[in-house]
Amino acid sequence: MKRAVAPHLGTIKMRLTCPFCGERDHQEFTYRGDASAKRPAIENDSIEDHRAYVFDRANPDGDHRELWNHTSGCRMHVVVTRNTTTHKVTGCEPVGPWAKTMKARS
Amino acid sequence: MTRYSAWSILKNALKGNKDWTPAWRKPEPKSSYDVIIIGGGGHGLSTAFYLASQHGITNVAVIEKGYLGSGNIGRNTTIVRSNYRLTPNSQFYEKSMELWRELSHNLNYNVMFSPRGVLNLAHTPGQMDTYAERGNQMRLMGVKSELLDRDQVARLNPGLDVSGSARFPIEGGLLQPDAGNARHDAVAWGYARAADQLGVDILENTEVTGFLKEGDRIVGVETNRGEIRAAKTGVAVAGSTSRVMKLAGVEKLPIESTVLQAFVSESIKPIIPTVTTFGAGHLYVSQSDKGGLVFGGNIDYYNSYAQRGNLPVWEEVTSELVAMFPNFARLRLLRSWGGIMDMSMDGSPIITAGPLDGMYLNAGWCYGGFKATPASGWCFAHTIANDKPHALNKDFTLDRFKEGRMIDETGRGPTPWYH
Amino acid sequence: MSGFRLNLRDGLGRAVDHDSKINFTFDGKNYEGRKGDTLASALMANGVSIVARSFKYHRPRGIFSAGSEEPNALVTVHSGPRTEPNIRATELELYEGLEVKSQNRWPSVNLDLMAVNQLPGKAFSAGFYYKTFMGPSRPGHKATQFWWFCEQLIRRAAGLGKGASQADPDKYGRMNAFCDVLVVGAGPAGISAAERAASAGAKVILCDESAVAGGSLLSSPELLDGEPAFDWAEERLAELAEHENVTVLTRTTVQSMFDDNTYLAVERVADHIKRPAKHQVRQRAWNIRCKSAVIATGAIERPIVFAGNDRPGVMLADSARRYVVEFGVSPGKAVCVFTNNDTGWLAARDMAKNGVIVEAIVDVRKDVPDNIRAAGEESRAEIFLGAAITATNGFQSLSGAQISEFTETSGEVGRKLKKIGCDCIAVSGGWSPAFHLTSQQGEKPVWDAELQAFLPGGAISAWHGAGAMAGKFGLRHAFRSGEEAAVKALADAGLGEGDSDVPRIEGDEIDYAPAPVFEINSGGKAFVDLQHDVTSEDVRLAHREGFISVEHLKRYTTLGMATDQGKTSNMSGLAIMAEARGKPIPEVGTTRFRPPYTPTALGAIAGESYGHLASERLTPMHDWHVAEGANMYANGPWLRPESYNRSGESVEQAYIREAAAVRKGVGLVDVSTLGKIDVQGPDAAEFLNRIYSNGFAKLPVDKARYGLMLREDGMLFDDGTTWRLEENRYLMTTTTAGAGQVMDHLEYHRDVVWPDLKVALTSVSDEWAGVAVAGPKARNVLKGCVSDCGVSNEDLPFMGVQKANIAGIPVWIARLSFSGEMAYEVYCGAGWGQELWNVLMKAGKRFNITPYGLEALSTLRIEKGHVAGPELNGRTTPYDLGLGGMVSSKKNFVGATLLKRDAFHEEDRLQLVAIKSIDGQRIRGGSHLVKGNKDEPGRSEGNTTSTCFSPELECYISLAMLEGGAARYGEKIYATNPVRDCHVAVEVVSPHIVDPDGGRMHG
Repeated sequence: MKRAVAPHLGTIKMRLTCPFCGERDHQEFTYRGDASAKRPAIENDSIEDHRAYVFDRANPDGDHRELWNHTSGCRMHVVVTRNTTTHKVTGCEPVGPWAKTMKARS
Repeated sequence: MTRYSAWSILKNALKGNKDWTPAWRKPEPKSSYDVIIIGGGGHGLSTAFYLASQHGITNVAVIEKGYLGSGNIGRNTTIVRSNYRLTPNSQFYEKSMELWRELSHNLNYNVMFSPRGVLNLAHTPGQMDTYAERGNQMRLMGVKSELLDRDQVARLNPGLDVSGSARFPIEGGLLQPDAGNARHDAVAWGYARAADQLGVDILENTEVTGFLKEGDRIVGVETNRGEIRAAKTGVAVAGSTSRVMKLAGVEKLPIESTVLQAFVSESIKPIIPTVTTFGAGHLYVSQSDKGGLVFGGNIDYYNSYAQRGNLPVWEEVTSELVAMFPNFARLRLLRSWGGIMDMSMDGSPIITAGPLDGMYLNAGWCYGGFKATPASGWCFAHTIANDKPHALNKDFTLDRFKEGRMIDETGRGPTPWYH
Repeated sequence: MSGFRLNLRDGLGRAVDHDSKINFTFDGKNYEGRKGDTLASALMANGVSIVARSFKYHRPRGIFSAGSEEPNALVTVHSGPRTEPNIRATELELYEGLEVKSQNRWPSVNLDLMAVNQLPGKAFSAGFYYKTFMGPSRPGHKATQFWWFCEQLIRRAAGLGKGASQADPDKYGRMNAFCDVLVVGAGPAGISAAERAASAGAKVILCDESAVAGGSLLSSPELLDGEPAFDWAEERLAELAEHENVTVLTRTTVQSMFDDNTYLAVERVADHIKRPAKHQVRQRAWNIRCKSAVIATGAIERPIVFAGNDRPGVMLADSARRYVVEFGVSPGKAVCVFTNNDTGWLAARDMAKNGVIVEAIVDVRKDVPDNIRAAGEESRAEIFLGAAITATNGFQSLSGAQISEFTETSGEVGRKLKKIGCDCIAVSGGWSPAFHLTSQQGEKPVWDAELQAFLPGGAISAWHGAGAMAGKFGLRHAFRSGEEAAVKALADAGLGEGDSDVPRIEGDEIDYAPAPVFEINSGGKAFVDLQHDVTSEDVRLAHREGFISVEHLKRYTTLGMATDQGKTSNMSGLAIMAEARGKPIPEVGTTRFRPPYTPTALGAIAGESYGHLASERLTPMHDWHVAEGANMYANGPWLRPESYNRSGESVEQAYIREAAAVRKGVGLVDVSTLGKIDVQGPDAAEFLNRIYSNGFAKLPVDKARYGLMLREDGMLFDDGTTWRLEENRYLMTTTTAGAGQVMDHLEYHRDVVWPDLKVALTSVSDEWAGVAVAGPKARNVLKGCVSDCGVSNEDLPFMGVQKANIAGIPVWIARLSFSGEMAYEVYCGAGWGQELWNVLMKAGKRFNITPYGLEALSTLRIEKGHVAGPELNGRTTPYDLGLGGMVSSKKNFVGATLLKRDAFHEEDRLQLVAIKSIDGQRIRGGSHLVKGNKDEPGRSEGNTTSTCFSPELECYISLAMLEGGAARYGEKIYATNPVRDCHVAVEVVSPHIVDPDGGRMHG
């Protein structure tokens, strides 16, 4: 899918460009934190793996891949790549069951 | 070194104030110290002061990247209180209160600690019960507390909207009568001056660029002014914890950095006597001695190292403030700024030896670091000097997340931006 | 200063209506001004020189500038609930009946007894407060008490004006605006940028903080396309305002730049009239999202610091010129210009040309260009080169100035040259670009040695500087840079370049670079920050004491922290510190400007949320509850009935009656607020199995199950029943407060954690109204009104779910019990909620059906030991609440693994129990459980969570969390509540008090 956006608009934004809805204020979204924290598989029963998933954070100064949920819009989760020092956003990708469909269409 | 007093002020005034000397030295770094504290903010400076004054360890350097007190000690809303619900927190913060009461005297520096009272407003009978539970915990821990009804609240803060037609009508509140606030910068300067007088070297504009290791042990730091070795290295850098610890090879911690904005209005004549918090949202306000209303609310809910925030928080905070005090609507915001909060996964701090040998960590202060300044330094100094925690910080470990001993005041769980 | 109105004629005083007459009062005295005047120009025209007092020493203060940078002339406007302190007289527009008071003085602005603050002289210098008040050296808390006493007095003397004590009666609005190019500042650069952008078809918003846009054009002596600049600006702005793509906002200050080209501007809609018209907002916040911005905010003139420079009568040179040209007001009878740059000379010429007597021009420079010297001669002033003002005199206001020799290169003050009589010193120390907005983003400014000024640094977001803000001084540069910035902004917005339309300019071409002189150090009090009384000696004292970083300087001396945020003082302070440190200015640094640009009304930022905060959520039966006299209770965003008080009944009496009615007969309660989530899909069962701690895969269709949801860290998160409506379709209910969080939790796991599971989630909380009918007669009530479904134990067993019909309304009926009685929850489309309620009330009439509120609901579940919000406090595990049986060991689920951590299985954890009052005393909410008596209660071993009077047991009971509580039934302890002054002997009992084996609800 292609969207007609001016060159910098997808890149210099704390307005997030939801892949489903377009560019919106970030307050329409709910922050869900570090997208690199991956839940262990459902069969995995290791306390250490779960502890790391729940509590350990890299908390980088610089680019951060993070989850936002467009709660006041389409309610889809998106992975935003954002610089934590400048707040510059360089990516906003869909996740979830719809991610594949989106990619296929684009 | 001059001892400050009314007398010294007069004497110097007569000489045209030409004889005042620097409040603290600006020494060259030595090649090694017994203890290095990274971070010349409130916690680092108070740690150095208590190392020197309580444990006789004076060969200490405090290393600060910018100017002294350039972090959260100079960017907060200056509230000092110990109205906590959970025992590890209430005893720790009450120790801090005890130190605050004597602080100006002990530092020979007026930190303007002002026990004007901290009032938390309640808006439903259920919230009154929650505050009663907290107030009772305080009483049982030896902390003063009073549960006030609506009339008592109205008498204390005449501008409050106590009408039944308010969106969240005020039911009453919990008062800690001897809590209050203090002058933030003075705390940094007072600790710095007092530590300096005891022989501590305060190294401003000195940036840690790496850690020196012998095997797995930390034996000092690399800085832009050369290597500095130390038997013990303490880290007290608040919002910068993750980035400094990364230099030591610690890649992940139960901490996220976010920006908390604070706000100050123009100066006006005294209009609210206490520190007051809104119970149907998140807002705290008090009035500085200069007359500005100092207030704040929630963090901006995203990881950030930028010392500035965004508009949604402005709107939320001001709308809560004018809902509480409708007579403030025509007062004007003078200035806002942001500080970087080290939000821990359970909202409580970490003061511990480790996580590496030769290293000590003081972090995870969330919104609450200012009031903790004295006790944090007190406990951190004890932990560094004795290689084991003080009774007051024994629960503030890093291991608590592994063991399931979180100290979660709000009960919001491991979502740091909600604490 | 003894200003006066000049003889108004064509071309002079264009900002005011020459023939108008406006009456206003200042400190109760009547004055007359003209329409278009600011309070400052009107006071000046009336010869009023002292308008305010300074913050610390209460020294007399006059008008210093003509704009938003004003440090001195702060006044209080209105009275009563509209009282507004600290208003800058230089921006306050005059209107008929305006009432203004001076502030921070007692008894009057001309005689302020608080000026005794000056008497301690040098003792009251920077750092004074830090060095004393530590208190006597005695044990106890004396130190604090001494300061506390002094602080009370200090607080009263500090502060500026007084705030209102009553609610603000005015309204505020918010506008969400979008545009391609935002242009901030409608001076020459801003106008040309806006025109250029509009010509390319861009949607443009042009904001200007003044009542009349035009900026420097309003008083420029140049001719543009042969016309006076004022006329040219008026025409161009009128054209812009007519342009369909352009919105011109005057009286609108762009206060802050946020991330991503989001700006907050505040429009003063009705501050220039006595009060807003009916339905008119006083101010409006504009949240502007643009694709790019042109920042054309101009520059702020700065003074030179010299001894005695705070006397009323000393003001900025260009401001003095503007009062003459724009308002037709002379700032004094005899003006002396003191400058280090060419603009001061032009100010002298323009003033003299319009009839002002300029006594002298004093320039620190030894030499000036010929055209400047000619301008000086035109002004007929006595000219002093290589000279400076080294002292002033006067009783309160200025009456004369001492001129001495001065060497620019060394800063040395030489012999005295002349003492001249003057009542106004117009001072110019050069210009500081106003890049406050861009600095808010943290962009470090860069030093321009030529202009002796900082210029804005590089941009993080899409903005482009133009005009003086970007160091492009003079009209030619302003117009050109405005267009250039617009072209760049158009490119940002993906638009073409547009057309150029720069006017032909006739007028002076001058150099704006000043001599690098910021202070004349000749001894005597020289003020850097006029509002906060920070002197050049204070800056040097800070240096001596080691407060040498700019931030330390600011914080130690309070320089630049007044209401003007140092707009005219920061540079001088920085320069004096740089000199003391022997370093060039850029090495000493500059502090970061923080938003907002000028003080902004809190009500305006709150906008339309002012006083409202959050919307209220109402159930479909809300009006009925209110009509029946229910106390409505805020339960999160919802309003729910607390109890239906009959006349004379207290809440407690009402809930006891309601709960007893349920136990003995039947009651009904509105449960529409429960969260409801429709879960569908082939993997719905597996999904729920992973979300809940207990099993859901094997739940049969038409059955409901109570489920526990944990956070990943093992703590209880939410609970509720979930009904299997079809093989692949469930209806989940959640707690009222948890509805939103649970939805987020489910969506996170569906989208991010297990995207391979085929599940659709839909929040249907608002789609369904719900009524619970509970009590031994509940079945009888339903029998009377339900069709399409039987309600017997066989047709609808405990935890059964059936589709049915009540009086034509399609419903779901679930046999669930929160109260422990036989009970049914009936759900229907929200639009039918009230109708359903009415039918049930009618069907229950002969059983004396009783509506009950939250208090009774709570009482019933406490008696039954069912947990709710107070027990699900985020710190409890299923084991803590005696729900260990609901933790499946046969499967993994969210929270299963971390729940296994050792600390969660220790015996002394807080565990759920109930307590009963032994002697009939009331157990009050928030009690702690202790072993000791009232005076020495001892350690807290736990606390009550949910407290009520039990009509069933006829005593006060409570659920509680108690250390090792599950093993302590029968123990006698105390529920202590010191803040409510009670201490009650209680017995620890099992939380399942009423009908522990569940016979009633299964019956």
